[in-house]
Amino acid sequence: MTTISSSYDPVPELAHGNNYLTHTRGVLSWLFTLDHKRIGVMYLVGILGSFFLGGVFAVLVRTELLFQGEQVLTDDQYNQMFTLHGAVMTFLVIIPGIPAALGNFVLPIMLGAKDVAFPRLNLASFYLWTLGAIFFLAVLASGGLDTGWTFYTPYSIETNTAVIGATAGAFILGFSSILTGMNFIVSIHQLRPPGMTWFKMPLFLWALYATAIIQVLATPVLAITLLLLIAERTFQVGIFDPKLGGDPVLYQHFFWFYSHPAVYIMILPAMGVISELVSVFSRKHIFGYRFIAYSSIAIALFGFLVWGHHMFTSGQSNMMNMIFSALTFSVSIPSAIKVFNWLATMYKGSISLATPMCYALIFIFLFGIGGLTGLFLTTLATDIQLHDTYFVVAHFHYVMMGGTMIAFFGALHYWWPKMTGRMYSEMWGRLAAFLVFVGFNTTFFPQFVAGSQGMPRRYADYKEMYAGYHFVSSIGSYIMAVAFVIMACYLLHSLFRGRKAPANPWGANTLEWHCSSPPPHQNFDEQPAVGDCYDYSGLEYDTATDSYVPKSRTAVTT
Amino acid sequence: MAEETLTTAQSHGHGHGEHPPHLAHHFESPGQQFDACKFGMWIFLCTEVLMFSGLFCAYAVYRANHPEIFLYAHKYLDTNLGAINTAVLICSSFTMAWAVRAAQKGQQGLLIGLLALTLLGGFGFLGIKYIEYEHKFHKGLLPGAQYNPTVTPGDHGNGDKHAEMGDHELITSEHDAGNAHTAPPGAAPARHDEEPAVAPTGVKPTEQTGLEKTTLPQAAPPPAGRSMEHDHAHEHGMTGRPNNVHLFFGIYFAMTGLHGIHVLAGMAFIAWVLKRSIAGEFGPEYFTPVDLVGLYWHLVDLIWIFLFPLLYLIH
Repeated sequence: MTTISSSYDPVPELAHGNNYLTHTRGVLSWLFTLDHKRIGVMYLVGILGSFFLGGVFAVLVRTELLFQGEQVLTDDQYNQMFTLHGAVMTFLVIIPGIPAALGNFVLPIMLGAKDVAFPRLNLASFYLWTLGAIFFLAVLASGGLDTGWTFYTPYSIETNTAVIGATAGAFILGFSSILTGMNFIVSIHQLRPPGMTWFKMPLFLWALYATAIIQVLATPVLAITLLLLIAERTFQVGIFDPKLGGDPVLYQHFFWFYSHPAVYIMILPAMGVISELVSVFSRKHIFGYRFIAYSSIAIALFGFLVWGHHMFTSGQSNMMNMIFSALTFSVSIPSAIKVFNWLATMYKGSISLATPMCYALIFIFLFGIGGLTGLFLTTLATDIQLHDTYFVVAHFHYVMMGGTMIAFFGALHYWWPKMTGRMYSEMWGRLAAFLVFVGFNTTFFPQFVAGSQGMPRRYADYKEMYAGYHFVSSIGSYIMAVAFVIMACYLLHSLFRGRKAPANPWGANTLEWHCSSPPPHQNFDEQPAVGDCYDYSGLEYDTATDSYVPKSRTAVTT
Repeated sequence: MAEETLTTAQSHGHGHGEHPPHLAHHFESPGQQFDACKFGMWIFLCTEVLMFSGLFCAYAVYRANHPEIFLYAHKYLDTNLGAINTAVLICSSFTMAWAVRAAQKGQQGLLIGLLALTLLGGFGFLGIKYIEYEHKFHKGLLPGAQYNPTVTPGDHGNGDKHAEMGDHELITSEHDAGNAHTAPPGAAPARHDEEPAVAPTGVKPTEQTGLEKTTLPQAAPPPAGRSMEHDHAHEHGMTGRPNNVHLFFGIYFAMTGLHGIHVLAGMAFIAWVLKRSIAGEFGPEYFTPVDLVGLYWHLVDLIWIFLFPLLYLIH
């Protein structure tokens, strides 16, 4: 496969040479486009740019922690760096990453529709995202933010940094997220063509649907929370300010009522991606389709009932702690259902280790660790010891970075040929995936150990006993940075020099692989027939194009 | 402009021949488009309800933890004005619903008239709200640190003594109800300034409200709660006023303010639909915007119907 991918071999796949990229030309045709594919691509560019920014903050944080004492940042700068790292990565990258960029691109095509239900709202959502990102940049320029991404009161009321700018930015980003969620729900309900029943939908769409439910139901609560925080800072309303008789713990409840479901906004689309990848690259029908579909919905619903587990040490009653703890344990059931179904799908499959599958395997491994360490934090007794230590930091990085971002890169590599019409280098792709895997574990595994020995999170300096862990961890972050630079290089290279992508390079059977790469402006030249999207028996490998073609068509093309 | 050209380009490129004028290219039929739009609107209304639910939740928490504040402070609100506003909004909801009907039946003149009436209702509501707000701003009935009242509860600035004042022993027993309509301006602010730094004895609103009150779901305190009879009455020589009355105004202004912004947005939408109906764009085939704006306006009305008793009619 590597030999073929390096050769330049244009495929006369496009019937009319008119795809969504060449349909109209000029910057304005992009800025005012209502095409979900172009909006998805614009989102992708923005999100990758934000990922770069957040990554730079992360590397700065790790460099400061490389040795004891002060390296490159003062304590105040350190506070700002980890805050901006968290805020940018959460609000600008992970939450919109898979749904808004990749989901926008593939959802209507997977569905067999021409567009999302509300194209104008879709564009508005992108511009709101841009506006929110500008707010964050303005915060960065105007002295930063040092509250942590959670904006906990009362500190967020007192600090002199740009809390209002950042919360206004998060508020706007929330609007963007709501509009995307609305659009997806309505599209899935109303735009399914004849034959596309609920249980014929690809599992990625089930995951996006579950995600959209959370986006629509949880984000407004964040909106009102942030508005109240802004009002608190501007007018001293007193609702969250203990000096005025207000209740800062109420803020935590409000914040986590959104922000815990938000972690499922982050992980559910990632799980949907893995459901696709595992089946396609094992050449085997997905195992337990309905269980995976229902478990997405179950996670979405459970996700609303567990926010209190962020507050075990905030002074809730013991009864509430116990209830939240038990409910949190129960989230592991639908999550485990998914993992076991993926493993069962791979069992006796014909597994190909193409780059997207490498990421899928990395996901399963890292998500397994991330999920299981979550159980330590759910257990009330151990959480008292582990709360606000590096154990928590490592846990959520295993789930958010090792889960969501890994799945995001798997999805990016999987749909890259469809989005750009170009193939990237498999060899470099796998190398980068391997380096990400090594770098990630080197960075975050030591943090579990350091955390369990008591290293608190968010500290700019540490005692001698943690020096080794921090040093290894920082080295790991540099390995990851190198991996991402490699990834950026070969992906950019593929845009200009990559082999032209065939319609179906992976042999997948969801509808987006039934149209050309890149897809035509209207997605389909003729409405595709809807079948079982995990049945690969109708496809066969075509050596001439290094891709998969329908069995009946083989005679015609060769 | 570019957007316009793009949409036309899309519908031409689509190549399905004749379209109804308002059908977007990616829908198969006007029915599907109408269903999608209406469903989308309902989802949006869900988000609105959830946004307000945060405030209702804050209301519930504070009302449960500090019932005495709500009992005391709601008397600053003018029930008559609130009731009139409720009636105004319900009437405008009725004209809005009728307007949707008129659009469906193609009754142009009626549609325009009813939309204008609905818009007028919105102005009426905001006008009355302005009177209420202005009174509170003048009398220092403001949230949080700005709370600095120069009036006693029940005085709505027009000298009327409202019937409900007598219902509660809470205030009348301790204030001289006869002539204390305007308390000496100096007394009240002085007390408030000291409040954050309450002496370490007794109830400390500073720390304890934050920690203790959420930690323990205590049994509800008696209506004329502890903080009223305690230290404050003695320390400051003030009687009858519970601690942290300004919290009520924080919640009051947050809830009615956010609702007012929604009324404004609703009026903007109505004005937009009114403009389009004057241009004759709506009829039995296409009335989606009127319908959706109607739904939104009903939600705004509905939220007020919850706000009115929660804030004005406390017993």
